[in-house]
Amino acid sequence: MTLALLLNIVASGLLTGLVYGLAALGLSVIFGVVRVVNFAHGEMMVAGMYGAVLLFGALGLDPILSAPLVAAVLFVFGWALQRGLVNKFVERPEHMQFILLLGIATIVLNLLLMVFGPDSRGVMVPYVFDVFEIGPFHQDATRTYAGLGAIAVAAVLFAFFRFSRTGKAIRACADNPLGARVVGLNIDGLYALTFGIGAAVVGIAGALLTLVVEARPQLAPEYTLLSFIIVIVGGLGSLPGALLGGVLIGVSEALAGFLLMPSLKALFSYVVLIVVLLLRPQGLLGRRS
Amino acid sequence: MTALLEVEGLSKRFRGLRAVSNVGFAVPKGGIVALIGPNGAGKTTTFNLIAGVFPPNEGSVRLDGRPITGLKPHQVCAAGIGRTFQIVKPFGDLTVEENVVVGALARERSVDTARRIARGVLERLGLAEQSFRPARSLTLPDRKRLEVARALATRPTLLLLDEVLAGLRPTEVDRMVEVLRDLNRREGLTILMIEHVMRAVMALSDHVVVLDHGEKIAEGTPADVTADPRVIESYLGAESL
Amino acid sequence: MTARAMALAGVLLAALLAAPLVADSYVLSVLTTVLWFAYVGQAWNVMMGFSGLLSLGHALYVGLGAYASAALFVHFGIGPWLGLFVGVALAAAAGAFIGFLGFRFGVRGVHFALLTIAFAEVARIGFDHIGWLGGSGGLFLPVGGSDPLNLRGAPVLFYYVILALVLLAFALAKVLLHSRLGYQWLAIREDAEAAEAVGVDLFRARIKAVVVSAALTALGGVFQAFYFNNLFPEQVFSMGRSIEIILPAIVGGIGTLFGPILGAFILTPMGEALTGAIGALGIDLPGLKQLFYGAALVAIIVFRPEGVWPWLSRRLKLVRGPQ
Repeated sequence: MTLALLLNIVASGLLTGLVYGLAALGLSVIFGVVRVVNFAHGEMMVAGMYGAVLLFGALGLDPILSAPLVAAVLFVFGWALQRGLVNKFVERPEHMQFILLLGIATIVLNLLLMVFGPDSRGVMVPYVFDVFEIGPFHQDATRTYAGLGAIAVAAVLFAFFRFSRTGKAIRACADNPLGARVVGLNIDGLYALTFGIGAAVVGIAGALLTLVVEARPQLAPEYTLLSFIIVIVGGLGSLPGALLGGVLIGVSEALAGFLLMPSLKALFSYVVLIVVLLLRPQGLLGRRS
Repeated sequence: MTALLEVEGLSKRFRGLRAVSNVGFAVPKGGIVALIGPNGAGKTTTFNLIAGVFPPNEGSVRLDGRPITGLKPHQVCAAGIGRTFQIVKPFGDLTVEENVVVGALARERSVDTARRIARGVLERLGLAEQSFRPARSLTLPDRKRLEVARALATRPTLLLLDEVLAGLRPTEVDRMVEVLRDLNRREGLTILMIEHVMRAVMALSDHVVVLDHGEKIAEGTPADVTADPRVIESYLGAESL
Repeated sequence: MTARAMALAGVLLAALLAAPLVADSYVLSVLTTVLWFAYVGQAWNVMMGFSGLLSLGHALYVGLGAYASAALFVHFGIGPWLGLFVGVALAAAAGAFIGFLGFRFGVRGVHFALLTIAFAEVARIGFDHIGWLGGSGGLFLPVGGSDPLNLRGAPVLFYYVILALVLLAFALAKVLLHSRLGYQWLAIREDAEAAEAVGVDLFRARIKAVVVSAALTALGGVFQAFYFNNLFPEQVFSMGRSIEIILPAIVGGIGTLFGPILGAFILTPMGEALTGAIGALGIDLPGLKQLFYGAALVAIIVFRPEGVWPWLSRRLKLVRGPQ
């Protein structure tokens, strides 16, 4: 095995990991603000994948271009879900929140299965076989675009939380909900907005992922767990942690898939999860509460 | 009189913040000692250190001569210390009687015997009529009584009471004071209490320890302590802020 | 329980005992499924309902019980009545291990739930690669013959076995709940800090809850292996299976003794009826039953979060209401 080959595997893991990280970012945003763990995250992601697949089939739209449309639909879904259901559960015991969202996950998953069937569906963009060569690096164009797209969206999200008035209000609300209410912020509205943003972000991650992975309903629970693994590795509620965790998991999966057996690569992630849960439950970049 | 509880040089820091530093005092067997001080003085932290909620950074706690420093809360309970919580923690979905049964099971293996003990304790605290109501449906004064009942059911030699009188009406305070005095006189129960209701402190305790900013600033009889200028200053200073 | 409740329970039990006399094979298979879910629901309830520990990975214990007993039978001809001890011991050990790790390292809430999922997923992927157990291609038990000593026989045999298991689990749960340990579990569920202050050893009591729950669940796995005669890691250990296991207790009433049984009797027949009705229209919709389960989960947690049993038992005056 040459060093160049290894480098390429790491780079491809990194690019996929950025998309995973973007999906986990959505989960982290929702948890960080609403304090609710979105057990339907992977289901929303796969819904995003199917959105991109459908738009490609009907209009020939590249997933990168259809991502904003997918994001809009998922934003509305996430917003309405928070407004209509999840908001009533914010003050309820944790296990009730989990059960509610597990129920929603089960509904979305099986709707996808009933509508699209169990077979894989992908997009055939014109550049599907293109390869970029820079020095020793050989990367698929699709994977490169997906990774770069994820970075761009993450950057927009960071900027939104850092600089916009609404973003700052959401952060205030995350730090101290009671205080935020006292100074007159509309908590329920901000929660709904946040859930919408989280859903939109994971929808975009799903759309981008169709460039490298074909959509299947069965992927949904796997991606829910993958997002959990990433945010726990990176630190629940930490946005940079989610991206870092995504890259770590992406790279380690790519390496495990190459060095061990492809079917064992998910096992590797679970082992990483168990180790992190035990030794550093607040995650790599998280703060202990 | 020999000391039942001896606290020596107890210190606790949270992220560098000194919550309790070098606190030492003793509670004599059969005595009632009050721990007073303004808010944030480190009273509840001291309780938690004695009860084993977290270990101290320095210092030691001895019960009846046996070191209990660093034991877990359930081991401290087994050693003979019962405690109540300032913010009451009833087992909400269980009945009042079941709450106290759990306490009695600390020293009793048979559930039937534990139930008998629980009934006696409930009778004593005037909660017998509420026995089969879920604990969460109780009023605040009753919850405070339940807190005491549950701790008593563990048959402690030392009872730690964290503001069990706060929030009670004067008549209710008097009732509780009566119950505590009775337990102390008739059964020789030793009590260490954090209390803000000075009237009750004066009526019950024979010795008062005053904390401020995590340090012991005075101790003595209730009369001595309330006349101590440093104590007055610490209270007035805190109030006038 | 009131006399009225006793009478009702007696009538229902008699009906269940007599069911095979009148039920056709389809109804009997549905009833067997109902009872299986009532059983594993009761087992799961020991953790969540009694001690407040949310496990979302109970498929792990089903799978360990199933694979251990099936492998012993297939490879060594050891019957399930012996094999079940191995399966139960394995599951209990796995539960103790997960509990030990989780509680020793202070893993709580959602993190604990994820830990349970992670171990079930590790098993799902891991068992795919164990050739001796059939790997992803599945492990198959020899079918045919009538040999009750090896749990080989007609559906009615399995029906009575699972009915007995349900009664056993119910009795065990009832005894446990009224024991010293049961009181300690409930106290932990309500407020762990207060429980500790009255002398409850949190670590030991919680470990015991996981071990009891895992061991009981594994028995359900043994039954499943010999009833269906095939095991695939993809199905046995799946996250979806773990969710099906939590459903009966949630629908019926978390922490109640009758809840898991009632929940199973509500959910499974309704799911069957739904697929049957849609199937009669000539439409084949995979996922419909699960969709219904998901909707049931949401509906229950929104409208009746304490479950159907507490409400129903008050309505039918089956319990002496303290309120």
